[in-house]
Amino acid sequence: MSDDKNNLTLKNEVNDLLNAYVQCIDDDKLEDWPSFFTDKCLYQVVPRENHEMGLPTAVMWCDSQGMLSDRITALRHANIYQVQWYRHIISNTVITSVINDEIHVQSNYAVFKTCNDGESTVFNVGRYIDVIVRVNGELKFKERSAIYDTHRITTLMVIPI
Amino acid sequence: MTIKTPDHLKWPVDTDITAVPYSVFNNREVYDLEQQKIHNGPTWNYLGTEDELPENGSFKSTYIGDTPVVVTRGEDGLVYAWVNRCSHRGAEICRERHGKSDDGAFTCVYHQWAFDAKGDLRGVPFQRGLAGKGGMPKDFDKTKHNLRKVRVVSHHGVIFGTFSDDTPDIETYMGEDVSRHFKRILKGPIEVIGHTRQFIAGNWKFYSENTKDPYHASLLHLFHPTFGIYRASLGGGSIVNNDVHSVLWVENNKEDESVLDDVKKDNTRTYQDGTYQLQDPSLLAGMKEFDDDTSTVIFSLFPSLVVHQIQNTLCFRQILPKSESEFELVWTFFGYADDSEELRSYRMKQLNLVGPAGLISMEDGESTELCQKAIVRDGQYSNYIRMGGTGTGSDDHFVTEGAIRSLWKGYRELMDV
Repeated sequence: MSDDKNNLTLKNEVNDLLNAYVQCIDDDKLEDWPSFFTDKCLYQVVPRENHEMGLPTAVMWCDSQGMLSDRITALRHANIYQVQWYRHIISNTVITSVINDEIHVQSNYAVFKTCNDGESTVFNVGRYIDVIVRVNGELKFKERSAIYDTHRITTLMVIPI
Repeated sequence: MTIKTPDHLKWPVDTDITAVPYSVFNNREVYDLEQQKIHNGPTWNYLGTEDELPENGSFKSTYIGDTPVVVTRGEDGLVYAWVNRCSHRGAEICRERHGKSDDGAFTCVYHQWAFDAKGDLRGVPFQRGLAGKGGMPKDFDKTKHNLRKVRVVSHHGVIFGTFSDDTPDIETYMGEDVSRHFKRILKGPIEVIGHTRQFIAGNWKFYSENTKDPYHASLLHLFHPTFGIYRASLGGGSIVNNDVHSVLWVENNKEDESVLDDVKKDNTRTYQDGTYQLQDPSLLAGMKEFDDDTSTVIFSLFPSLVVHQIQNTLCFRQILPKSESEFELVWTFFGYADDSEELRSYRMKQLNLVGPAGLISMEDGESTELCQKAIVRDGQYSNYIRMGGTGTGSDDHFVTEGAIRSLWKGYRELMDV
């Protein structure tokens, strides 16, 4: 099968990966979340202002599946926060290039947060910049950067974007 | 002008600094008075770093309290600051967070009044009218319409501002120990590596208390104990300077096993004996970069700044009050200009520990909101701050609220209540 950026099958596969990723988080199956990444990976959540100024500071920065798992263990057993749910909406997914079996993808996202008081708020809006590779036939994120516009994080961020 | 003390600021007669009435946290009148007496009063407020103003003409927008302020680097290379409000009709002049003015001018978009980096008025369009009609009166004197200026000081590359002529020099203001820790952490030229921002629905003073509170550290922040890395047994303590400033520090080489036994007896959530292990312990890897054993220092320069070294993360936390029930926390992370690549990589990975999503710090936003939610009414009730006694000042352990009591002593003096 050809991994060409205009290949419809590839587009479908990429969309399936992006959808499954957000569904995993929104359904609170966070223990499965690290498996969307390659063993060695880069997951970062970066304010747009830093990204544009070329400054590296991120609010979450993980370079292995182990680090991603540790975040979830901390979320489940260590960190203190109020009950909350995310709902991700993704759109405008574009395969920007396919180079050396690496699929470069960009998409927009919005995360709504709902807490126990029942109010849903726009918690975080931005774009994903992804590098996706095939591991044993399955697509995985080698890199996933969430560059967020909502640079003022309300209260705290504990669940990944 | 005499300012009447609002009823909400009246302390219960039978308490001093061991009980703070909740009305101090939930009231607009108190908040407005704080802006006047504290943020516009004899205090030094954090504005940014020299590194954020790399060239002549560089600027950064920020706040002193909730007053918008712009910090600039003038044509003479010096740092200036002024209130971001046109002297003509009160419009906001600078509308960007940061940047550079190529011609060194700051022009209000409304009627194009132009100011220089020092805040001096340079140009008024149509000052002499058009075709003999209109214009400013003949006695209009540009020099009387400069922007409201902020007195600034640059101390080891960090810029502070004050509105008051009564504010003492910065080292006197800080006090001996805060000053020493400030010099320690600013041991060489710094490089800002980014900002993160957190908006918290709580009164800003709950956060001031939080950063002077060694008691909560091992009880609220459970990341370390959950992974079997126990903290309250480490050596350290708290120091108070000039009542309102403080230093909390932790030393690595002074673990006390008898403390650990006491902790187990208390049966808190704190201690978990190896139930969970980090899958990737590289998160906590780091390197020694100071000539001492201090692994954590959190020092606060009231009212606007908290500086921390937590392992290899270095940060200025700027507290920006927005109302009696909201504040913004701006985290400016930095390293040193001569950092090795290895050290920078530790700093990057350890960013996970601190900030709005910090594994060991995110709860501070939460605890502040927990307090605010519960005190919307009942302003006549007070909290209870007696851990470690009733005194103020420094302690050589963590089971104390002495630095918080000192804060309230200084607060009452500043607020004159």
